Amino acid sequence: MRDRNLILGGLVVFLAVITFPVWYNLAAGSTAKPPELKLPTTEKACVASTAYMRTSHMDLLINWRDEVVREDNRIYKAPDGKSYNKSLTQTCMKCHNSKADFCDRCHDYAGVKPYCWDCHIDPKLVQRSAG
Amino acid sequence: MSIDRRTFLGTAGLTALAVAGPAALARLASGSQAGAAGATRWAMVIDLRKCLKDQGCTDCMAACDKAHNVPQIPTRAHEVKWIWKEPFEGAFPGQTTPYTEEVFKGQPVLVLCNHCDNPPCVRVCPTKATWKRPDGITMMDWHRCIGCKYCIVACPYGARSFNFFDPRKYIKALNPDFPTRSLGVVEKCNFCEERLAVGKLPACVEACREKALVFGNLQDPKSEVRELVRTRFTIRRKPELGTDPRIYYLV
Repeated sequence: MRDRNLILGGLVVFLAVITFPVWYNLAAGSTAKPPELKLPTTEKACVASTAYMRTSHMDLLINWRDEVVREDNRIYKAPDGKSYNKSLTQTCMKCHNSKADFCDRCHDYAGVKPYCWDCHIDPKLVQRSAG
Repeated sequence: MSIDRRTFLGTAGLTALAVAGPAALARLASGSQAGAAGATRWAMVIDLRKCLKDQGCTDCMAACDKAHNVPQIPTRAHEVKWIWKEPFEGAFPGQTTPYTEEVFKGQPVLVLCNHCDNPPCVRVCPTKATWKRPDGITMMDWHRCIGCKYCIVACPYGARSFNFFDPRKYIKALNPDFPTRSLGVVEKCNFCEERLAVGKLPACVEACREKALVFGNLQDPKSEVRELVRTRFTIRRKPELGTDPRIYYLV
């Protein structure tokens, strides 16, 4: 039992070190703050409900992708009856026109790296390189 | 009654052949997977005499490169081509004789993916990243391509290119309406399926000043391509390979 103080002290230090990121973020208030997304001002309604888009936009996009590329089926009928062209850059990004202020903010927060933009072009990127 | 191994194997083999044989034979005999069955079969007729009027003209190639973000890679081993020019002897190796007409000898012939009716690239693709659409376009899904390059080996026309580098660095002006490709993906002419979908002609056809490129539906008896193929003598690239190309050349 001679080492009790050493062991307990060590445990305390160990716990403090491994939980440091939690305390740090709590102190900085960064975990409590969800990313602020810049919502489009031009349109009121998206192709599906906000709740659905928040949780499942990636499923919608991957279905669009397969339907357009593999089945040549390009028109999406929204639940509200409207029709949309199934296109990330031409439909989604017409309203959500800033990748940096919309897509990236949430993806960075969630730590995901979608590879959409390896090929698909952020329209802003082109304007910048042209102007 | 006893049965020796030889008799057993022989009987088993004959039984298997009797059961599965006819079906397997029928499948083998049917040959090409995608015939010209649908109501639409896109095809192109290239009038070589019109095309060769101005040999410095690259309008169609420039229009295609711009429409599809085709990278301009200077090294020949790594270049990416959708529509380009090939010397006559290279494009039509079976069509030359020592006395080949001088008008065609060494002349640049416009070549692109032939959108074959029996495409070897489709047959070999292990991921179905390339397939035959019902309207005859040999389509590619770049999302699904794993870059194995088997299709490049299979294509007898050299119509497929591989992205050995990130292509974005080699594109002067990005066209935001069409994606680029990424490192490690094969690409080729898509017959402008994205333009056909909105009722436009392929970019190369639209760009040609001489109207040397004619695009249309071979299944439509009144279409211009059908009329040209019916009334004029046309040649196709390496038809002896059985790929059934759908790019016709007026010579």
